[in-house]
Amino acid sequence: MSYRVGLDVGSTTIKSVVLDENDQILYQSYDRHMAKAREKAVALLSYIHENITKGEPVRLAVTGSSGLGLSQDSGIPFVQEVYSTQLAVKRNFPDTDVIIELGGEDAKILFLSGVPEVRMNGSCAGGTGAFIDQMAILLGVDLDEFDELSLHYDKLYTIASRCGVFAKSDVQPLVNQGAQKNDLAASIFQAVVNQTIGGLAQGRDIEGKVIFLGGPLSFFKGLRQRFTETLRLDEAHAVFPENGQYYIAMGAAIYAESTEEMSLADAVEQLKNSAKKTVQTTIEPLFENEEEYQEFLQRHNAIQVPYLSPETYEGKAYLGVDAGSTTTKIVLISPEGGILYEKYISNRGNAVPIVREAIQEIYRQIAGKPITIAGAGVTGYGEELIKNAFHLDFGLVETVAHYTAARFFMPDVDFIIDIGGQDMKCFKMKNGAVDSIMLNEACSSGCGSFLETFATALGYTVETFAKEGLFARYPVDLGSRCTVFMNSSVKQAQKDGATVQDISAGLSVSIVKNAIYKVIRANSPKDLGSNIVVQGGTFLNDAVLRAFEKELGIHVVRTPISGLMGAYGSALFASRQGLQESTLLSPEELEQFTHTVSVAVCQHCENHCRLTVNKFADGKTYISGNKCERYTGKLKQQIAYNEYEYKYHLLTSLKGLKNGKGRIGIPLVLNMYENLPFWHAFFTELGYEVVLSSRSSRELYISGQHTIPSDTVCYPAKLVHGHMEALLKENLDMIFYPCMSYNFDEHAGDNHYNCPVVAYYPEVIDANIPAMHKTTYIMDYLGIHRRKDFEKKAVEVFSKYFPVSRAEIQRASDKAYAAYEKYRNEVRSYAQKAIAYAEENHFPIIVLAGRPYHVDPEINHGIDKLITGYGAVVISEDGIPLEKYKRKVHVLNQWTYHSRLYAAANAVKDYDNMSLIQLVSFGCGVDAITTDEVRSILETDGQIYTQIKIDEINNLGATKIRIRSLFAALEERRQKRAQSE
Amino acid sequence: MAELKYAKDGHLIFTKEMKKEYKILAPNMLPIHFELIRNIFVNEGYDMELLQTTGPNIVSEGLQNVHNDTCYPCLLVVGQFIDALKSGKYDPNKTALIITQTGGGCRASNYIHLLRKALHKAGFDQVPVISLNLSGLEHNSGFKLSLGLLLKLISALLYGDMLMLLANQIRPYETQPGAADQNVTKWIGILAGYYKKSSGFSMKEMEKTFRAMIEDFAKIPFVRTPKIKVGIVGEIYVKYSPLANNNLEQFLFREGAEVIVPGLLDFILFKFDNRLVDIDLYGGNPVKYKVVGLLKNYMLRAQKVYIQTLKESGVFDAPADFETIKKMVKPFIGYGAKMGEGWLLTAEMVELVHSGVENVVCAQPFGCLPNHIVGKGMIRKIRNEMPHANIVAIDYDPGATKVNQENRLKLMLATAKDRMQEQEREQKKTRLQVRVKEEKEPIAVHE
Repeated sequence: MSYRVGLDVGSTTIKSVVLDENDQILYQSYDRHMAKAREKAVALLSYIHENITKGEPVRLAVTGSSGLGLSQDSGIPFVQEVYSTQLAVKRNFPDTDVIIELGGEDAKILFLSGVPEVRMNGSCAGGTGAFIDQMAILLGVDLDEFDELSLHYDKLYTIASRCGVFAKSDVQPLVNQGAQKNDLAASIFQAVVNQTIGGLAQGRDIEGKVIFLGGPLSFFKGLRQRFTETLRLDEAHAVFPENGQYYIAMGAAIYAESTEEMSLADAVEQLKNSAKKTVQTTIEPLFENEEEYQEFLQRHNAIQVPYLSPETYEGKAYLGVDAGSTTTKIVLISPEGGILYEKYISNRGNAVPIVREAIQEIYRQIAGKPITIAGAGVTGYGEELIKNAFHLDFGLVETVAHYTAARFFMPDVDFIIDIGGQDMKCFKMKNGAVDSIMLNEACSSGCGSFLETFATALGYTVETFAKEGLFARYPVDLGSRCTVFMNSSVKQAQKDGATVQDISAGLSVSIVKNAIYKVIRANSPKDLGSNIVVQGGTFLNDAVLRAFEKELGIHVVRTPISGLMGAYGSALFASRQGLQESTLLSPEELEQFTHTVSVAVCQHCENHCRLTVNKFADGKTYISGNKCERYTGKLKQQIAYNEYEYKYHLLTSLKGLKNGKGRIGIPLVLNMYENLPFWHAFFTELGYEVVLSSRSSRELYISGQHTIPSDTVCYPAKLVHGHMEALLKENLDMIFYPCMSYNFDEHAGDNHYNCPVVAYYPEVIDANIPAMHKTTYIMDYLGIHRRKDFEKKAVEVFSKYFPVSRAEIQRASDKAYAAYEKYRNEVRSYAQKAIAYAEENHFPIIVLAGRPYHVDPEINHGIDKLITGYGAVVISEDGIPLEKYKRKVHVLNQWTYHSRLYAAANAVKDYDNMSLIQLVSFGCGVDAITTDEVRSILETDGQIYTQIKIDEINNLGATKIRIRSLFAALEERRQKRAQSE
Repeated sequence: MAELKYAKDGHLIFTKEMKKEYKILAPNMLPIHFELIRNIFVNEGYDMELLQTTGPNIVSEGLQNVHNDTCYPCLLVVGQFIDALKSGKYDPNKTALIITQTGGGCRASNYIHLLRKALHKAGFDQVPVISLNLSGLEHNSGFKLSLGLLLKLISALLYGDMLMLLANQIRPYETQPGAADQNVTKWIGILAGYYKKSSGFSMKEMEKTFRAMIEDFAKIPFVRTPKIKVGIVGEIYVKYSPLANNNLEQFLFREGAEVIVPGLLDFILFKFDNRLVDIDLYGGNPVKYKVVGLLKNYMLRAQKVYIQTLKESGVFDAPADFETIKKMVKPFIGYGAKMGEGWLLTAEMVELVHSGVENVVCAQPFGCLPNHIVGKGMIRKIRNEMPHANIVAIDYDPGATKVNQENRLKLMLATAKDRMQEQEREQKKTRLQVRVKEEKEPIAVHE
């Protein structure tokens, strides 16, 4: 038998294995290909040809996600990577039961014993290896360090594991709050494990002998530890082959046995030739030539900011800090805005020491000079931590900070777009006030740090990488979606033979398109405004700025301190508050400064938030991680009305009948959050004890995660699995969760459907939780929208499960309809009382408009409490009287719950102090329709639209910005109105 | 020029004058079926054109004009329309658009409204949109569905299904590549001739035509070689439209598979059946029940003929009829699951696997709501009952890349290939055993 060569070309690496006649490994290699898969493959094969196989004919096969493209172009045989993994494992460990393989971006589980089955992550599941890379950068450590840290942890945080972007949203605030790196590293590995087991195995048990493969599992001891511990495997059953990262390539070599013999020299030739095709693109080059670039530079360099020397300056100075998600920005300015000091620095996982060093540096520079720091302001994610640590005078919401700065450069600015490391913020100004705010949602938070991560992965710095794209001839169209999609788009582009230059330019264009079409949702430049200021570190890249101008077709202003605008705005703000001296820590205090972090669990309410307790040298503590405003000292007055809390309380206090004929379990999920009073009364009248599932929590969710079949369904639906697990433990006679295509007809729209997920989720439960078949699970299709028919049909349906007469059903039904009516009336009258209370006390009212199930604290993450914490009354959308506010809409108004949203939006204009915040669950397809319509109703009426997207992530950072910005905008409007009157 | 008139609900009416003056643009979900339908409308006096356009501009127009989280089919249909209107090929003042509307609880019923919003955004307020629906959702004086027209449309569904099935069954094995497709084109022409004479749609004529089609396709020279069979199910637009599914059928064909795509008639039958099930489950108007029942029965009768002629051919495999697959799915999901493709999607997977097509691609738009239930939600249950079901769910959207999709398809194909070889080995073994048995038995007789 001749030599067999296997080539595994993944998303970031290229691996090769050469087997000799006796199946012995003659050669193996592992390299990063830096987006140059083809060139690397050519080089590698040439090397093997010359040095290993020495010109002998070989059998060759290629595998891996980037290998597919190479194969299609060159005609070299291809084998799917999961298949080749299987081949290698079967040869080396024939008694294997399960293979778990993690690659750069793919995760797979292969069940070999029993009925063979293969599971591969879906297109939204994000990467694993690449994800760990990203997280390491976030923590500011290299991969070895990261692994080492993870081995010594004290506690594990819950980190969203569905997708890298989400996890990042969880990790970032923890980092900013000063959580320990070793805990974070271990938690990140645990998230990978949970995702693999929950997302991929989907209920099938991982038992027997398990082989772990792929780069991350070969390199990270910490990850291995998490896996073996979580799966409770002993050494004999958890096998980590020494050369695990080569297995796929080895499988390809084994597969090559069935292919034709060929000359390696020919294969190299074929590969080389296949590169010569042109790439199709619809995107124009960013710059046609050097002159265009120079003209562009000249235009933008014309805008200047005065710099002052601390050596010569005399007078007051103001400090501004922008503690961003990945970078910290610090400035010291004169009252006129001249810059005395500036710093833009990466957080490396903890902003506190960086800010301390910077302030110390400032003190050194101004020591003994006639300069006094008369005020200090801070904004950004780390606002509260930094403010508390160093005793700054003001904490600003980001919108205010940026608007203050932008107005300095362009007094009539009407649109600001800021693309930072992790977030993208856009503010639209009208009449000198922030009119609307658009922030990127959890799913598309790629932004600048994505560019950086990508550059690093390809072996560039972000600056050089972006520069590469300036003159690219054929920028690649990478779409305008989240980073995970961009990763695979890049893979596709590489396959199509795109150069690094084309990819770099394409990424810049992508970021811009993401901003314009996903976040701002604009149709034309006119939608944005005529005076646009762009800022944020990402716009320091000429490529991104150029792409933005090209996409909009207009010129915009980039200030020379584009990355420092938040800090600059904070300093400007501080300078205008008329302070004589700042409370900022003195040089001596800074010298003594210490910062320790410990963790605790809050016992004040059922949320049981995990708290991070920061202790400083002066004995002061700053507590973060809590959902409410309890520890921030911002709790203004106790607001008496919160309809979310009220409704949740109403529902959960429904008690079951004692000593009933039997116990019937009802999961408190989705539409049950409204129909519970109905069914509770119904079964109680029939003589059964109604048992509710336990309160939602992250732990409850995780307990049911392994049976979720679709990882892109909304979080409220995913939670149903946990609730069912909880009910199954109760030893009940029956579990009741009916299918309902229709909801009550409230005569407010064209129809009265439930959404497909709400309507049929009981089917998913039946099909995916095996234990449901061990109990009596009542999931029949019921229609409560036709009362008379319901009474007839209910007899047929329930008689299948227990003896019941027509008359009994009749009585139960009467009670049920009455109970439901009573509940709806209570909700409405509560809203009326809340409105009256707010008007009397001059409190703002927020209509928190979502669905009935958004009252679940695990779903809304305490947003209601956050709002009341800011001193506003919260009412829910179903508190608004429909008959009074139903309105003609431009969409098919066919879902009962959604009709209420339109009515609620319509009501806002009737109250001076009322605003609406729409809660949207990530993945809710129906809200793609309702959000635009609700926005249009509000904007037609001259109101501000605010949307908050929620998912399993419980980071409230972005939400806080949104809510605070809304209040800031409302306040500004109120003042304007007062002035004009 | 036709005057612009608006209905009570505010939509711009497609008037009788417009019928004379306007060109109607239609999306092309299913090339064969929609061509036949177009021919019918042309004979009714409508100037209708199917949009054949492709290219990145469609997605880009879609992204700009509808909410990015809206399902992919909506984005594509709207994008394709706007792209066409902007192309300069059509006079926006003399162009109307047509789109189907099912009226179910899925987002799809909203496409028409999102299309109108998009037209407004893009500055095409004057372009009327016709809703093609059987629910009486919207009325247009210049566009009416008569019973006669309805029967013709039903015949087009059946003919379309037949041509698609015949071509799919012959294409992988034909000795002259392209022969099956040539036959399809030929028959679309022949059928256009029938419709011109307002014939070809009675039950008798359909039976005759089916036989002629089958005979004609059977004449194509072919060699049966063992091939992997792959079924395609999914959200209706993504399942059928090459624009949406990145030429899925062609990809599978090139990979050497025989592709089985369940027909469109079942979907229409399903939509009619829903109305009956609704009344069964929740009560309702008995008159409506009867009328819908009559139409459904007519289609069932036509389907019987369709299946019968295929069975008699001895060359082609016939699919199971609607009532049979409905029965098959009963242990898996309730008939009340009607939104989107509802229980039919599950039923198609079950029927395919049951009939020996164990490899199935379930194609859906990213985040498709009904598919969380009837597609991805049911795969586990199907595998519990039929462990060899090799089902892969593929998501399609503007950001999903072909390379990821193809990689997953390749995995499905690799598993399928293994299974095929295993089955072949098993067959050989049983054949061997039978032979051994046969050899033994005569001896026993001699004793």
